[in-house]
Amino acid sequence: MAEIQNYTMNFGPQHPAAHGVLRLVLEMDGETIQKADPHVGLLHRATEKLAESKPFSQSIGYMDRLDYVSMMCNEHGYVLAIEKLLGVDVPERAQYIRVMFDEITRILNHLMWLGAHGLDIGAMTMFLYCFREREDLMDLYEAVSGTRMHATYYRPGGVYRDLPETMPKYQESKFRSSKDLQRLNAAREGSMLDFIEDFTNRFPACVDEYETLLTDNRIWKQRTVNIGVVTPERAMQLGFSGPMLRGSGIEWDLRKKQPYEVYDRMDFDIPVGVNGDCYDRYLVRVEEMRQSNRIIKQCVDWLRDNSGPVMADDYKVVAPSRVEMKDDMESLIHHFKLFTEGYCVPAGEAYAAIEHPKGEFGAYIISDGANKPYRVKIRAPGFAHLSAMAEMVEGHMLADVVAVIGTQDIVFGEVDR
Amino acid sequence: MSDRYETLAARIDERFGEQVTRVESTCGELTFEIDKDDLIEIASAIRCDFGFEMLMDVCGVDYLTYGSDEWMTQDATTSGFSRGVEREPVILDESEQFPERRFAVVYHLLSLQQNIRLRLRVFTGIDNPPVVRSVVDVWNGANWFEREAFDLYGVLFEGHPDLRRILTDYGFIGHPFRKDFPLIGNVEVSYDVEKGRVAYQPVSIEPRTLVPRVIREDNRYSADLKDNADG
Repeated sequence: MAEIQNYTMNFGPQHPAAHGVLRLVLEMDGETIQKADPHVGLLHRATEKLAESKPFSQSIGYMDRLDYVSMMCNEHGYVLAIEKLLGVDVPERAQYIRVMFDEITRILNHLMWLGAHGLDIGAMTMFLYCFREREDLMDLYEAVSGTRMHATYYRPGGVYRDLPETMPKYQESKFRSSKDLQRLNAAREGSMLDFIEDFTNRFPACVDEYETLLTDNRIWKQRTVNIGVVTPERAMQLGFSGPMLRGSGIEWDLRKKQPYEVYDRMDFDIPVGVNGDCYDRYLVRVEEMRQSNRIIKQCVDWLRDNSGPVMADDYKVVAPSRVEMKDDMESLIHHFKLFTEGYCVPAGEAYAAIEHPKGEFGAYIISDGANKPYRVKIRAPGFAHLSAMAEMVEGHMLADVVAVIGTQDIVFGEVDR
Repeated sequence: MSDRYETLAARIDERFGEQVTRVESTCGELTFEIDKDDLIEIASAIRCDFGFEMLMDVCGVDYLTYGSDEWMTQDATTSGFSRGVEREPVILDESEQFPERRFAVVYHLLSLQQNIRLRLRVFTGIDNPPVVRSVVDVWNGANWFEREAFDLYGVLFEGHPDLRRILTDYGFIGHPFRKDFPLIGNVEVSYDVEKGRVAYQPVSIEPRTLVPRVIREDNRYSADLKDNADG
């Protein structure tokens, strides 16, 4: 009988289930993975080096492009680090807006994850269901910042502007009947907060729908239960964070343990898994969507009752308003200096970490007192998770590689930076 | 800085004494500088005895141009400000040895039990290429972070199981995040029709600085003034 040898297979980088540009070199024994070697870096844009060549505030837009499915959370980490170095206080209303948008972003991210993960392992319908709700959240991004993805909404000292009083509406066109138009615009008649409240009221039912499709689904369970099991000890050893760590049963959430902004005033629970497999991580993330929804609701209630500034009034860091600029010499000078030179940040170093939808997103900034950062290091959660990929897929079947990529919630914008 | 951090700092000081140097921080973070020969000993002790079971990040830093600016702001009254920025000469690194405090590796640690963070910094010294011991055996998660620091800064991690480039292209030359590596890079790629493959050639674009790097002595952040205001 002929001797059968292991063979090496190339997976990606142009593969729909590779979530972008992941190249895997797999050593296979039949259909079983013996060794996996992920090759990353195909999306490397040297964000950190670019940030070193620009004033602090001009790199916020780059942060959106790191993890491009949870844009505002990336900004948040970076902006927090600058604020830590500068010692700027953020007004309370801006803190609530940030928390609200962090949670909206978390739902956005988890919906994208759920849709793509489902699609990868055979549940086509999920993608359509998830994108239905994503659309509304994207509209919120658009309403508040003008863009649907790369918002650049968080700024050192607060947020760019207050929440708008109106929501943009669908326009009439030959593809849309007036009945459809009425249905689509029904929730958009009031202010933005009304629209968000309406969303939070109907979203739990949507999550129920997703769960009906997946949670007790026989095929879903066959594809995820006992796949990619990570013990709590290994999860810590490998530097996991976020749902990957919680899925292994460790109750750790920066929003609770090291609260930033106003998370300490929010009422929510941390879901944890038991077995540390793909199915538990699925349950954790689905529950996180429900908890995020609760937080958004609390923020909406607070924001309705309390008005106030959304930007600090330190003109050495925050640009003055257009009106002030037009009739006040001092403001004009501040405006000019801020937009030509930027602000100098005192020498020192700061590490700010936030609970990003994917895990701990940290921004480590070293400043030497200049108007540009000396070194910016982005601690991307996906990077640590992907490095454990080889360990997680070892001994599994080829098809399970896709399930593991999905459960890690990999986005190459942040892995490659 | 909170009491918990002070207690931890005191414990670390007591345990390691001369081996660690505390770095003052303005934003309540605890940083220690350690000698690279002590790295593994201290790292293992900090993991096992101090409960820092997680390594969140390993980060290379190049201190070559730390504190230098492109636009003098001190002597404006005598000479006036310069209007633009001189073309930055590429600082070639031909010396056999590096300045002692050029490359550093920064470790960010987290203890889940005590809910506390700690930062360790190791300078690589004068060696060319810079070498540090790998901490992969202490924290397994360091594997890719060290590969990244090697790729971008050229720091070698002794004892690393698989030290390959990770983010840059296959066959890339140089370490792009070093301060003497130009932002525009050295080579560009294009598809060569005659050869029928992708070909490398020297970059054809000019480097440009949109905003000059400026360091201003800002009294608002001066510690002396803050103390005076309080007292």
